[in-house]
Amino acid sequence: MDLEHLSQAPTDAETRAIDALLGPAAPDSHGAPVVHGPTPREARARRTFLLPALIALQERVGWISPGGLGYVCRRLGVPPAEAWGVATFYALLAVEERPAAFAHVCDDVACASRGAEELCSAMEARLGPCASSAHRAEPHAPRAGHAARWAKSPCLGLCDQAPAALVTVAGERPVEQAFGGATLARVEEALAGKRVAPASFALASLGPRRLLARAGDAKATTLDGYAALGGYRALERAFELGPEGVRKEVNASKLVGRGGAAFPTGRKWDAVARHVGKQRHVVCNADESEPGTFKDRVLLEQDPFAVLEAMTIAGFATGATKGWIYLRGEYPLAAERLASAITAARAAGKLGARIGGRDVAFDVALRRGAGAYICGEETALLASIEGFRGEPRTKPPFPVDVGLFGEPTAINNVETLVAALDVVRDGAASYASVGTAGSPGTKLFCLSGRVARPGVYEVPFGTPLSALVEFAGGVPGGKAITGVLLGGVAGTFVGPKRLDLALSFEAARAAGTTLGSGVVFVMDDSIELLPMLRRIAAFFRDESCGQCVPCRVGTVRQEELLARLARGAARGGLDVEKQLLAELGQAMRDASICGLGQTASSAIESAFVEFDSLGPLGRKRS
Amino acid sequence: MLWGSNARETHPIFFHHVLKAVRKGARLYVVDPRRTASAEWAEGWLPVNVGADVALANGIAHAILAEGLEHKGFIANATEDVDAYKALVARYDLARVARLTGVAPEMIQRVARDYAKAERAMICWTLGITEHHNAVDNVLSLINLCLLTGHVGKWGSGCNPLRGQNNVQGGGDSGALPHKLPGFQDVEDDAIRARYDALWGRTIPPKKGWHLTEMFEAMEHGHLRALFVLGENPAQSEADATRTRRLLGGLEFLLVQDIFLTRTAEMADVVLPGSASFCEAEGTVTNSERRVQRVRKSIEPPGNAKDDIEILCALSKRLGYDLALPNAKAAWDELRELSPMHHGMSYERLEALGGIQWPCPDESHPGSPFLHGRLWETPVRGMKARFHPAEDVPPVEALDDEFPLRLTTGRRLDSYNTGVQSGGYASPRRMQETVDLSPADMRSLGLADGERVRVVSRRGAVVAPARVDPGLKPGLVFMTLHFPDQVDVNLLTIDATDPRSGTAEFKAAAVRVEKV
Amino acid sequence: MSESKRTIELTIDGRKTSVPEGSTLLQACQGLAIDVPTFCWAENLTPVNVCRICVVELEGARTLVPACSRKAEAGMVVQTESERVKLSRKLVLELLGSSVDMSLASEFQALATKYDAHPERFGPRAPRAAPGEREAARAGHHYAEDGEHAANVAQPKKVDNELFVRDYAKCMLCYKCVEACGTDAQNTFAIAVAGRGFDARIATELEAPLPDSACVFCGNCVGVCPTGALMFKAESDVREKGEWDESRQTVTDTICPYCGVGCQLTLRVQANQILRVTSPADHSVTSGHLCIKGRFGWGFVQGKKP
Repeated sequence: MDLEHLSQAPTDAETRAIDALLGPAAPDSHGAPVVHGPTPREARARRTFLLPALIALQERVGWISPGGLGYVCRRLGVPPAEAWGVATFYALLAVEERPAAFAHVCDDVACASRGAEELCSAMEARLGPCASSAHRAEPHAPRAGHAARWAKSPCLGLCDQAPAALVTVAGERPVEQAFGGATLARVEEALAGKRVAPASFALASLGPRRLLARAGDAKATTLDGYAALGGYRALERAFELGPEGVRKEVNASKLVGRGGAAFPTGRKWDAVARHVGKQRHVVCNADESEPGTFKDRVLLEQDPFAVLEAMTIAGFATGATKGWIYLRGEYPLAAERLASAITAARAAGKLGARIGGRDVAFDVALRRGAGAYICGEETALLASIEGFRGEPRTKPPFPVDVGLFGEPTAINNVETLVAALDVVRDGAASYASVGTAGSPGTKLFCLSGRVARPGVYEVPFGTPLSALVEFAGGVPGGKAITGVLLGGVAGTFVGPKRLDLALSFEAARAAGTTLGSGVVFVMDDSIELLPMLRRIAAFFRDESCGQCVPCRVGTVRQEELLARLARGAARGGLDVEKQLLAELGQAMRDASICGLGQTASSAIESAFVEFDSLGPLGRKRS
Repeated sequence: MLWGSNARETHPIFFHHVLKAVRKGARLYVVDPRRTASAEWAEGWLPVNVGADVALANGIAHAILAEGLEHKGFIANATEDVDAYKALVARYDLARVARLTGVAPEMIQRVARDYAKAERAMICWTLGITEHHNAVDNVLSLINLCLLTGHVGKWGSGCNPLRGQNNVQGGGDSGALPHKLPGFQDVEDDAIRARYDALWGRTIPPKKGWHLTEMFEAMEHGHLRALFVLGENPAQSEADATRTRRLLGGLEFLLVQDIFLTRTAEMADVVLPGSASFCEAEGTVTNSERRVQRVRKSIEPPGNAKDDIEILCALSKRLGYDLALPNAKAAWDELRELSPMHHGMSYERLEALGGIQWPCPDESHPGSPFLHGRLWETPVRGMKARFHPAEDVPPVEALDDEFPLRLTTGRRLDSYNTGVQSGGYASPRRMQETVDLSPADMRSLGLADGERVRVVSRRGAVVAPARVDPGLKPGLVFMTLHFPDQVDVNLLTIDATDPRSGTAEFKAAAVRVEKV
Repeated sequence: MSESKRTIELTIDGRKTSVPEGSTLLQACQGLAIDVPTFCWAENLTPVNVCRICVVELEGARTLVPACSRKAEAGMVVQTESERVKLSRKLVLELLGSSVDMSLASEFQALATKYDAHPERFGPRAPRAAPGEREAARAGHHYAEDGEHAANVAQPKKVDNELFVRDYAKCMLCYKCVEACGTDAQNTFAIAVAGRGFDARIATELEAPLPDSACVFCGNCVGVCPTGALMFKAESDVREKGEWDESRQTVTDTICPYCGVGCQLTLRVQANQILRVTSPADHSVTSGHLCIKGRFGWGFVQGKKP
């Protein structure tokens, strides 16, 4: 490709970081490094390394310098403008030079309810203003200088340990730590490159402990330990059942996706399996980014082999030989555990060309995100793996037909895959021994906010919401629950009158709400609704990929509207604003490309319905 | 296969079509001494030595025959003289060809297999094939490959010279050739000439005329003393500019009709200001795919400039013959009457269909997307296609100690020929003339990028900044012809011409590069 | 060369129609002479379905679907002017109208009238961004709005070369320029979408000025821009002087004066000055795309000396 490459040269450190990932550059016939790009045929295979290469630069030198970007482009044959488009898409990638050590401090809804504001104030007092411009009162103010070593961040998936921070220290041996119980002292310790002790959190089951069977047991993070805990029995059973048998069992279990969309897993696998003769893929969607969600992180960190075993079963059942885990960039511990699990599984023949000595091939590549909620949307996730901006693609065609690299792909959420292990090992009937007729089995919920024991809770479907909150200790100090944000910021609020809601797909649907990704954010009267709604609106605006008009501009207009209400400056009166919000919501729901835009107003709109009696809407904050 | 063509820069919209095909999985090979922008898109680049094209083509044929990949049915049915050809290429074994061409034997083999086995395959070439002293042999060698594999006479196949000017095809079609009347009808054919004589009421000379090179030879010998130059700038565009200018200057009378006061016009006794055919006049042009399309007037020519037809008619009248052709359409209709291949192309149809590809013999004919389909008929109607065995002959000017570097010339994307047209807009990418050298030669000559150097050939010398181009092989120097007023590159080029085509060997001069 | 395609039968606005397999709903609508508005769609580019003005209601679908890219399927029942469709189109027009200068987008005003769109209901426009401000926006971070003004993309024009200007205050992010620069035509990839969300923008690598970027100035981006964000310098200059007058203009098709490919040019001329050069999207040689010489290389007939 006659690409015009950047003239800036990489530093030695940058060159080494990229060569470590891609292998040394081949000299060409002129003795200079290869500068010419590949043909389109080869380009695809190289392009998938774009995001890993950018992350390698970020980890090594703390930012994507022009020289580093240029070198990546030359090595991969990627046009620099496109690489720039990709680099500027991800919030964790810096394109301006900044210090090697950098802290991302969560100020999202869950952390905001547990001291994030105080932490941010302390950060500002010590390290200067936040490098991001989010939530600054004065529009068009000059940007903070490069000296800042911290920025506010959307949810880091540590709501059970709120407030949370992610601290990265770039270098030859980069240190990345995400931790809860964040204080200024702990953040500073991490910025200095020291290891910070983990905070405590709850893991509990109300009913059979299936999904969390091994979580919390340190043995599960080694292959032998995992096997001792009953690991890889499901895979053995899968081999007995054969691909069709596995799919039959999964279909019979009525297992549906746990990422939020609740699509039947068996049907998805059937659809991929139908593409006989084509390269097929299994993708584990571990880009858990819905604010208030952290269940997948717990599984990935505590039970990594279960994820690999389940993916292998999915591969066996669908005829896919390639597996991919797309892990959100904010989960360094999960990345570490998964990487070592993959290495161990390969060494033990649990991944590779002949799994367990059988004629079954399956291997897994681990890919990390870099700060983009949208990449949890399945088609955006595929685009991200392929090395493009994480922009969702129109459906149909669905990924089961045209997925990763245009090939049939089964994309499953982490919890779904782990649930499938139980289904395959014990059979659909056993799986359905708990739960409801419409929603058999158990489900993980992420309790956060004003709850005594935040954490991951596994409960049988059908458990009342109030019982779950009660199980987690209720509101600290015995205060009354004023509401719950159920299913995440893309879910809905549930007002105090409806807390007896049964947690099943069918009951949620009937009540006009959703279980979403299992978020149960508990509120009491210490939580101010409008600031929380503004944070949600700001989140959607920030995380919109920007592709389609309804979402790109609609999320801005929604945020502006809430800002007016928060100032008590409703334009034309509250009813006019409500009508505007309703129309915006309708257009975003109807005309956006993907689920992000389609759900960007759902929680906000529901607040107006559920909390009319709370009364702060449209009133100026004192 | 793109052979001696950097279409990415010189035929960019044609290359869009190539890229579409490449993205759909078509295989592209580029044969070029330089690793050009076009070569960057290819899955194989064949870095042929300047002037070794015949050897390379023969080598590919050798590899095809060695594996029995030739199209035996087509050869038997539609061709002649294959045995002579086989005998010739038998001597072009891959080791020898690799030595002659600089292309690795494996690559020759790969191209041979891919080309021969492809369902459809095309060879497109440009001046890298034709600006050589053995241009016709070059072309015939490529045609031999088409015949050997049957990649001709079918949709999506064939051999195509990509035309460098918007109407170089149309000029030839309409008889602006010394030996042809409109529609490529032989001027020495009495019966054909009689039709013209009858229509025009005058007798046209029964013998073919001179082509450009022969004209300059005639000037040299004093046989040609007056010259009418229309829309050409030979003083700058011809090889060995010193000689060209001497000969033009020695003419008794030089008449130039142009839209610019070119260097040639500056030398003229009389200059007639014409108009820009694409926007100041009506008419037709014919593109590389033989598609005749309308050009239309959209602006007025400046000052006293006139439509070229008007000038020619007036001139003719003063010379004693009233052409009585008031406009372009009338001229076109006359051409249609005399040229069977144009007969079906009325202005109305050209408008309605947005252009028609010749031959188009009547007004119900849709035009011809490809030629030579008859070669697939059994038996073949008319002449069979002959193989024309051609031997490798190196460039006229050999490299030696005094002139050790090979200078080759070409175009860049945003400029055109001698720059008289393209100089009129401010391309942000335009570089002035440079002397492009390989990194190795830059090093061995101790040159820095941008340093001014002198390029010397046996005929002249120019000074320009050196520029490193990693796409050049050691020993190869590249310059354009775009800035003759600043750097007169044609002072360096050699006017060794192919006697059959009359094209000079712009692609191969021997030079040395010196520090200034 | 293609095999005969299967025919798909579907119902649009109560009318039964049949289209060849692989047709889009837009093509099916065009066949019935049903007008479906588009901004980001073009016949010579791959549909990106981002503007969402073309959405239609498909029976049984949870959301509206983009007519420009959604393939017709047997038995589909489609409404092109249902209340849901009208509301979404109205909002799309309002969201565009309040955030982008759509004054030169053809049909925008007519559509705004038709769908009763009132972009001003989102409030007065925020002041124009300072030079470089939008380019400096980073993913995941933005200024919190106070809701007083409607955020928009107003920003200074970029004039960094003599051939065309970039007025991104008029950019609706339809992706057409990126497609034309990329795989749909030019394959130069000098521009891409950079940034994210409302800060997403068309950018060269490192936001470099065009002459320092990979741009080869084919102007195919200008040729496909639907809003006037990309404009010939010649046209822009005349417009800035207030002399643009379509009643005094002629539009003439001719053939490019450079190489032998035979690209058709459409010259727009006012007062003997060429102001715009395009090529018809359905021309078999160009598909609407040109190179730098064809699109910009006409100075030599306008008295511009080398």
